[in-house]
Amino acid sequence: MNSQKPITAGINAEGLRRDRIREKLTLFGLSVPALILVLVIIVVPVGWLFWLSLFNDEGALSLSNYTRMLDSKSYTRIFRTTFEVSFFTTLICVLIGYPLAYFLVQLPKRWAALGMVTVLLPFWTSLLVRTYAWLVVLQRKGLVNQWGMDLGWWDEPIRLVHNLNGTLIGMAHIMLPFLVLPLFGSMKAIDYDYMKAASNLGANPVKAFWYVFFPLSLPGLFAGMIVVFVLCLGFFITPAVLGGGKVIMVSMKIETLIDLFFNFGTASALGVVLLVLTLAVLFLAHKLLQLDRVLGGGQNT
Amino acid sequence: MNWLSRPASDTQITHGRRLWLYIVAGVIMAFLIIPTLIVIPMSFSDSQYLEFPPRNWSTRWYENYFGSSAWMTATWVSFKAAFLTVAVITPIATMAAYGLYVSNLKAARFIFVLLITPMMVPVILIAIGVFFAYTKLKLNNTLFGLVLAHSVLALPMALIVVSAGLKSYDMNQERVARSLGASRLKAFLLVTLPQIRFSVVTAALLAFIVSFDEVIVALFISGGKMSTMTRSMFLALRDQIDPTIASISTIMILVTTAAMIIAQVFGKSDQEKNT
Repeated sequence: MNSQKPITAGINAEGLRRDRIREKLTLFGLSVPALILVLVIIVVPVGWLFWLSLFNDEGALSLSNYTRMLDSKSYTRIFRTTFEVSFFTTLICVLIGYPLAYFLVQLPKRWAALGMVTVLLPFWTSLLVRTYAWLVVLQRKGLVNQWGMDLGWWDEPIRLVHNLNGTLIGMAHIMLPFLVLPLFGSMKAIDYDYMKAASNLGANPVKAFWYVFFPLSLPGLFAGMIVVFVLCLGFFITPAVLGGGKVIMVSMKIETLIDLFFNFGTASALGVVLLVLTLAVLFLAHKLLQLDRVLGGGQNT
Repeated sequence: MNWLSRPASDTQITHGRRLWLYIVAGVIMAFLIIPTLIVIPMSFSDSQYLEFPPRNWSTRWYENYFGSSAWMTATWVSFKAAFLTVAVITPIATMAAYGLYVSNLKAARFIFVLLITPMMVPVILIAIGVFFAYTKLKLNNTLFGLVLAHSVLALPMALIVVSAGLKSYDMNQERVARSLGASRLKAFLLVTLPQIRFSVVTAALLAFIVSFDEVIVALFISGGKMSTMTRSMFLALRDQIDPTIASISTIMILVTTAAMIIAQVFGKSDQEKNT
């Protein structure tokens, strides 16, 4: 027995060691039901799909499901659309989310809580309900067209929905809370003495904002942007309803392939590529931004 | 001194100089809530096109909804699935969160990441994977299959919420209970659980909402009599703008608002307790 480790030393060492192992096993056992669920519902089926994607239509092992994506124009267009929609949605969210978070974080506590309700209410409301709401508001005879024409801003109903515009409006609305919440958290953690110091040293308010506040808020901004971008990549419902068939994203193509053609090989290959892209974005973000610190930053401070 | 020329922040910028910020923020907040809230009065419109403000008020869309056996069946399926999901995943997520938090296993971090994968894998991929597996297992169009799938989707959020609750709880209290002779289970149930109950309730509410709002997986694995409400709504929306959806949306907004208020009330007391 090693006498330099007092806890393991002595006559009870063997028993203590056994107890410790049993304790560890018990604690590990607590997460077993959750692990089984994830294995049965996620890991095995997704692994299975990956396996299926490696076979061509004749049932032979081949990469044709993947090479087709590179060769066929329609597939490259779908991926381009997916990236464009994700990029513009993220951009819109940043442009409108940043001022909102900046405004909310400087409100007195009571008012800030009230302001946060405007962010949290949509966050909690069903995505489908919000998509439907936009469909109603933006349609040909909808509210926006009706008011626009009543006010004489335009004469003919303009097409706001069933196209890219509608998709972007709806998606930006749905994604905004995902940007504002982490951003708000990281802005909240900023020590305002820095701002005082900046103005004390002669920076005007604009300069103090850009040189002191803005850089300190970047971790939260990046975290929010990544969440929004990644969620956009796999988006389905909003573009399906508001895009009117003109905006085809990867997930919509996957649904069509299964629903109409029962083509698991091609659909799986698309799904695998989507998963790899998602993980790649997350991995890059993790490497570049040390996402752990970023995501934890809002909560720990 | 008037309000506009008073300093608004530590940088001594005046309210007047950043009036634009208040206006922009106001417009954005309106953008966030008005489209959702406007559905409520519109659902009482008499017209097929759901005008606002409605020229003639009526409850015909509600009558449509409550009078349709298909919608009623779907609503019932959705509620059953959501309640069962809560019943399944709340204890599972709490157990896992506790086990991973208390044990100093090196693998704990890895297991945690594995358990939150349902949040990272695109839902459409999960949906077709589950659909494919269920076809083999003959679990399509069953409540059991639906609850299983929704439970997995609800797991990451529930796990994160309960873990956060545990992190702000002082584990020494449980150690005291155990050193006084309580078993680990007893110490957990009598000492720890009552103090993290708000996180557990929040996790349960989130699980309810995840299941209740879920569309994509249900689109594949539930159909016919087992179709969920959101699935039927989505299919109805894709084809046409059915005003009945406005009445259902209103009801859903009320349900989630109620859930949100409950969560806020519980969440508040949780924070106050722990700080």
